[in-house]
Amino acid sequence: MSDTTETLVRMANQIADNLMQESDPAAATAQHIKLYWDPRMKAKILAAQADGLNDFALKAVKILNMQ
Amino acid sequence: MTYEPQKDFGTPPSNSEKMVILTIDGREVSVPEGSSIMRAAAEQGTDIPKLCATDSLESFGSCRLCLVEIDGRRGTPASCTTPAEEGMTVKTQTPMLQKLRKGVMELYISDHPLDCLTCAANGDCELQDQAGAVGLRNVRYGADATHMGQEKDTSNPYFDYDPSKCIACSRCVRACDEVQGTLALTMEGRGFDSKISAGLASDDFLSSECVSCGACVQACPTETLIEKNVVEIGTPERSVITTCAYCGVGCTFRAEMRGEQLVRMVPWKEGKANHGHSCVKGRFAWGYAQHQERITKPMIRASIDEPWKEVEWGEAFAYAASELKRISEKYGKNALGGITSSRCTNEETFLVQKLIRAGFGNNNVDTCARVCHSPTGFGLKNTFGTSAGTQDFDSVDDSDVILVIGANPTDAHPVFASRMKRRLRAGAKLIVIDPRKTDLVRSPHIEADHHLPLRPGTNVAVLTAMAHVIVTEGLADEDFIRERCDWDEYSHWAEFVSDKRNAPETLEPVTMIAADELRAAARLFASGGNGAIYYGLGVTEHSQGSSTVMAIANLAMATGNVGRRGVGVNPLRGQNNVQGACDMGSFPHELSGYRHISDGDARALFEDDWAVTLDPEPGLRIPNMLDAAVDGTFKALYVQGEDILQSDPNTKHVSAGLAAMECVIVHDLFLNETANYAHIFLPGSTFLEKDGTFTNAERRIQMVRKVMTPINGMEDWQVTQQLARAMGLDWDYSHPSEIMDEISRLTPSFAGVSFDKLDEEGSLQWPVNDAAPDGSPIMHVDGFVRGKGKFIVTDYVPTDEKTGPRFPLLLTTGRILSHYNVGAQTRRTENVAWHPEDLLEIHPADAEDRGLKSGDWVKLNSRSGETTLRAEITDRVAPGVVYTTFHHPATQANVVTTEFSDWATNCPEYKVTAVQISASNGPSDWQEEYEALSEQSRRIASEIEAAE
Repeated sequence: MSDTTETLVRMANQIADNLMQESDPAAATAQHIKLYWDPRMKAKILAAQADGLNDFALKAVKILNMQ
Repeated sequence: MTYEPQKDFGTPPSNSEKMVILTIDGREVSVPEGSSIMRAAAEQGTDIPKLCATDSLESFGSCRLCLVEIDGRRGTPASCTTPAEEGMTVKTQTPMLQKLRKGVMELYISDHPLDCLTCAANGDCELQDQAGAVGLRNVRYGADATHMGQEKDTSNPYFDYDPSKCIACSRCVRACDEVQGTLALTMEGRGFDSKISAGLASDDFLSSECVSCGACVQACPTETLIEKNVVEIGTPERSVITTCAYCGVGCTFRAEMRGEQLVRMVPWKEGKANHGHSCVKGRFAWGYAQHQERITKPMIRASIDEPWKEVEWGEAFAYAASELKRISEKYGKNALGGITSSRCTNEETFLVQKLIRAGFGNNNVDTCARVCHSPTGFGLKNTFGTSAGTQDFDSVDDSDVILVIGANPTDAHPVFASRMKRRLRAGAKLIVIDPRKTDLVRSPHIEADHHLPLRPGTNVAVLTAMAHVIVTEGLADEDFIRERCDWDEYSHWAEFVSDKRNAPETLEPVTMIAADELRAAARLFASGGNGAIYYGLGVTEHSQGSSTVMAIANLAMATGNVGRRGVGVNPLRGQNNVQGACDMGSFPHELSGYRHISDGDARALFEDDWAVTLDPEPGLRIPNMLDAAVDGTFKALYVQGEDILQSDPNTKHVSAGLAAMECVIVHDLFLNETANYAHIFLPGSTFLEKDGTFTNAERRIQMVRKVMTPINGMEDWQVTQQLARAMGLDWDYSHPSEIMDEISRLTPSFAGVSFDKLDEEGSLQWPVNDAAPDGSPIMHVDGFVRGKGKFIVTDYVPTDEKTGPRFPLLLTTGRILSHYNVGAQTRRTENVAWHPEDLLEIHPADAEDRGLKSGDWVKLNSRSGETTLRAEITDRVAPGVVYTTFHHPATQANVVTTEFSDWATNCPEYKVTAVQISASNGPSDWQEEYEALSEQSRRIASEIEAAE
């Protein structure tokens, strides 16, 4: 995993951790990434798949993948 | 305007709404009840002679010059201390009064040097004026015992103190007490031996506790305390009202000029942010504008290994445009981006983001708010509906309980701090949540009722624990919540905070705050009357910065402290125009007025106006730009007025990102640290050399007015315009007012703003629109901007930055009074007299463990890097915590800080870095290498040739 991908995985995990109290943490995480991340960052996290992502971050990536 | 001192009404205005009518010298005058006779006379146009009175200070009644006669009363009372009353008849000039005043003045003058013609205050001296006003023509007393011939104190770099000229009116002492609130000055001795002293008898002004705000100099009626510049240059001949370019308080000043030479900056009494006060930076530290290191000619180079080559503006623009186009064609348009400046005007910032969106064709624009208050924008937008503070500064006068969290206003926002301290001295309660014992915790006549010295990184836990107390003890304002907020969201939040895991006792091992103390603070805040929260970067610069802002908003809503004077959520913004830079659409996901770039309707407005198609996807933030640069997908950066190499975290990563770019354009005053990696340098202009507007922390839009010709030849908005034109854009603005007109038609919250309206009103607080044509001092008065206030659950998530055996201490960083941000400006002024280098504050216990003492060189290292600096042993920091500033590039404190950041905004976690410290012999290898690189990179070909 490149340094940048590692950073993005950490960021996604951090977003998910902080949105854990939302009614649908994975959807909230996906929405946050959609609203604030540049397309190349989104592409990288989609490519990262399960590598290092926590549960909700992984689900968020799957939601983004389907959009 | 031609030079004329601001009118002095003698005593402060009364805020009473009840009016009284009295007769002064045969003319009726109506004034608010509580006004002095002196003020009433001045309002009417009669200036009663005075020396010890000035309208920035409470009346004192010592000089006996302002005597008047009142029908039906005996004697000749002092007009400054006698209130105007209904039906009163006053005479300000009678033979008796004339005789008394002449006698008083004769005594003053008998002990004053009669060197008026060579005195620096000649023509601007109240003693001289009053001698004329009372008709003094001769002095009968001898000069056997006088105060003349005493030694001057010239220790302060900005002003002199000449005790020989002092008339012991105490205006300076009272200004230090009442206006500044430092209480450094005192009247030493009694009677004839009375003498102004800056602290202890052994102190001079420089070594004393004086903070050099200059209030004493401004209050002095003679040449006793006078600016060195006036001594050197002479008195001013014209003045221009403008706005300070330092912190987010946004003080307005009269720039007092002689020709194009700035003589002095005098705080403007009508300034609504500062009401005639200032700090050492705004009043005195503007010498950088003419500093010899200022770059005034454009420069280019193909590689950073080459020396700079000076070129004409046209060649610089053509080269920059050709490079940007080349890179866009080779790597794609998304390889370009830019950074707007929180130090530049709204108009300049708006143009930079427009250039990037409309010219570069992407949204890769960000601003220095990324590294300071981006969580404020996120947090307050989501909870209240507006990315800004809720109050004006005047609101603090109505606060009963002031909660200061993660802010050190006496250093970072000194003029507002003076205002806050005045309210505290008048009885308001104070809660300070900060790892350090800041000056607000305990200083003369100020003592926090509760200081919660939390462990850095646990803000959310502390605020949630306070919310726990408020909800579980039935202290929440349910009426307010039911009326203003979504009740279901509140209930969900209340259930969360009420959970035992959020009790102060449960969280005590995490926060290191005694549960009893936290409970007492929470009770005070919830039940002490109007509660106002002020916060700074100690809130935002954390991995949970946005959560903390939302937790603050939750606390304010839960206690009903939003929507009226005396309450609210008040972010103390760091830089002069950080609010404005955010308002102007500097974030990669937002257009001006905080509308998301994916909002098709908002985008269409801009597309129609600019005749372009905008990218609906958000762009890169600053840290993401640097990551992308290292990855090879981001190749060109235009940076206006921002030194990311010194100010952004993890310096090595920033330098790697910059080094990976093919075109870095730095537009600045000096060859800053970022310019070490630049290929094009466009000289910038100072705030003294441009027209425009700044928006301060209270959303107040104020005029910046040009007082001198830019020495680089162009204002910054003109530089950006020429760059845009070289890129093929057909911009044709002839004045910043036209840019503001464009901002106004594209930004609903600025709909009613124009330069004409600002000239008319002095300032305007956004939103300014049909619903609020004169602006909005207080937000959310009848309801939240978003409709219902939104409670958001903020769960405490510990930072990934952990202490351990290798890095057992926590480093937190901050600012000091005499310096501003990376110090690019203040390091080039006499302010270095107070802070020549960054120091590392270490608790005595930690110092003893390591055998360190004050002044020792200390190696400070983290997993990111290491630097060295000198130690200062102090109990201002708690055991286990060390603290430093980031004002000096020789230290580069950000070599040590990490890439961890706020979860929502990527605002860096400057406030929490795990570190170790140890004794050192001097600069680290990295510091020495960096110094060599800087020297190499700053070479200018013409200077090398001239030297050969």
